[in-house]
Amino acid sequence: MNQKSRHAWLVFVALGIGLALLPFLVDAGLGRSWVRILDLALLYVMLALGLNIVVGYAGLLDLGYIAFYAVGAYCYALLASPMFGLHLPFWVLLPLGALVAGLFGVLLGTPTLRLRGDYLAIVTLGFGEIIRIFLNNLNAPINITNGPQGVNQIDPISIAGLSLGKTQVLFGVTFSSPHLYYYLFLILTLVVIFVSMRLQDSRIGRAWAAIREDEVAAEAMGINVRNIKLLAFAMGASFGGLAGGLFAGFQGFISPESFNLMESIMILCMIVLGGMGNIPGVILGAVLLTVLPEALRYIGDLQRAWLGHVVIDPSDLRMLLFGFALILMMLFRPAGLLPSRQRKRELSAAGDIAEQEQASVYDARH
Amino acid sequence: MDIFVQQIINGLVLGSVYALVALGYTMVYGILELINFAHGEVTMIGAMVSLTVISALVGVGVDLPGVVIVLLGLLAAIPVCMGVGFTIERLAYRPLRNAPRLAPLITAIGVSIVLQNIAMLIWGRQYISFPPILPQGRHQILGATITDVQIAILVASVVLMLGLTLMVKKSRLGRAMRATAQSPQIAGLMGVNANTVISLTFILGSALAAVAGVMVSAYYGLAHYYMGFLLGLKAFSAAVLGGIGNLAGAVLGGLLLGVIESLGAGYIGGLTGGVLGSNYQDVFAFFILILVLMFRPSGLLGERVGERA
Repeated sequence: MNQKSRHAWLVFVALGIGLALLPFLVDAGLGRSWVRILDLALLYVMLALGLNIVVGYAGLLDLGYIAFYAVGAYCYALLASPMFGLHLPFWVLLPLGALVAGLFGVLLGTPTLRLRGDYLAIVTLGFGEIIRIFLNNLNAPINITNGPQGVNQIDPISIAGLSLGKTQVLFGVTFSSPHLYYYLFLILTLVVIFVSMRLQDSRIGRAWAAIREDEVAAEAMGINVRNIKLLAFAMGASFGGLAGGLFAGFQGFISPESFNLMESIMILCMIVLGGMGNIPGVILGAVLLTVLPEALRYIGDLQRAWLGHVVIDPSDLRMLLFGFALILMMLFRPAGLLPSRQRKRELSAAGDIAEQEQASVYDARH
Repeated sequence: MDIFVQQIINGLVLGSVYALVALGYTMVYGILELINFAHGEVTMIGAMVSLTVISALVGVGVDLPGVVIVLLGLLAAIPVCMGVGFTIERLAYRPLRNAPRLAPLITAIGVSIVLQNIAMLIWGRQYISFPPILPQGRHQILGATITDVQIAILVASVVLMLGLTLMVKKSRLGRAMRATAQSPQIAGLMGVNANTVISLTFILGSALAAVAGVMVSAYYGLAHYYMGFLLGLKAFSAAVLGGIGNLAGAVLGGLLLGVIESLGAGYIGGLTGGVLGSNYQDVFAFFILILVLMFRPSGLLGERVGERA
């Protein structure tokens, strides 16, 4: 073992201890509600990594990604709540949610195989809306989703008889419910990160990069474009489904309104902000965009302190800032805060490669 | 039968509004191959501005006929929308004209969110209602009813569409637009200033969107900061249905989509034995969009089967 890898190992250990202690530090420093925000941040990291497979690796712009989150969440909610009187355990429901969401991914992928770029974006957006409209209206004539009221009293996740919904004392340490969920989410997030990393460098990952760069050339190289695209949709969707199941168990209540287009766009923002295709970037983007809006709440307090009353509701400000962030990022730092090396080369302003490609595409088309 | 005729009429009225918005999408796409995601929001801004002016005039108690007041509102909305359209293109799209295709699409989404939220900050979250100043006359045709507002919408949109077609076919600007759409570089060599043409295209599309915005709010009697999203999406579906980049296609697609939607909403309950109701009306546009893209990506009137479709 050389010097460098020993350092890497030390960094890993330090990071591990830091992540393990984080909820306690946050709890002590900022309060219990911030531990919940931390949990949500981990869910968003999973979602963003899932979308990153579709958008970042395979280059398929999906604006309806939240639909898979919704499918996973409803899968869990309907099978573990008084709704149908079913109470299946989480180790059945989470894989089931991921599987069903993956199937929906294929369902979305199949008709859109021939589409590229902006057409795909619009169709996926429409798909997301279709799912939401159905969730909203499937309470009649047979009540399946309970319509706009949503499903409540969802069972909390419980592992080996240990319910994560209640405060538990383990090894003499008291863990509140958000703490317990934090550790579960952290482990699953690490799994998702690991899978993402391995996928990126795998044969499949390289095939995704190939179709992202040039579909025709990829096909000529013997890549089965259809299957590889469907796989991207299915993999991305199953991550979303997994996160959705966790969300349902964590929240205890879900309704179609949690899964609107703005959520899809927010997840897209996360990966654009952080750096498409680059795992550390995506994680950074997800954490930033979950934590910053919460921090924005303090703007309301500031307004009250300075101006005497709240002029602009901070929750109204949130989406506005996201919108500006999207525009400004694309204009000034299109590759994201932590760009992947390849993306950076492609998207850089002086990208003579891109220009040449543009020119040759132009020649070929006219 | 009466219901059938009634739904056709409603569909045509709704469809002509979709067509006006779809024209904006199609013109921009024809030239830049960019989906101007924010176009629906421009329609919303048009509706909001005109409603504000109309409500203010009514509130002051101006003694003018309702139609004139609405026209004044429209006259206020058109320049505002033109300005918004111009600014969007200038700030968000032009700097990215040679960037990878994903980049302008993402800024377009950003612009759309920004416009929506600015509108929310200005006009609030509540629905704004259209003052009842327009004539409420009703006429009977083939057992169905058509209102004055519906007739006005139909007539105005036909006039606008004819005007636009004439302009694109006959005028200098129209010729420059068609040339730029075919090839910006070569149009440039022929002395066409592509940037001006693109700006003018956005301005023109935004003006049509303003008119459509006023029509929608007059038709439903309501306006809301979120109304542009679904309207824009449907209009885009209409443009794709007709063949994006094709003006006649946008009109045909808009009218067809309107008719399909209202017939669907009217009959889906009966056809499915009550399983699906008219609350699924908004789903039709998306299904049509997906079906068209699957089976005839160039649209009904589109000739080019583009590589991207």
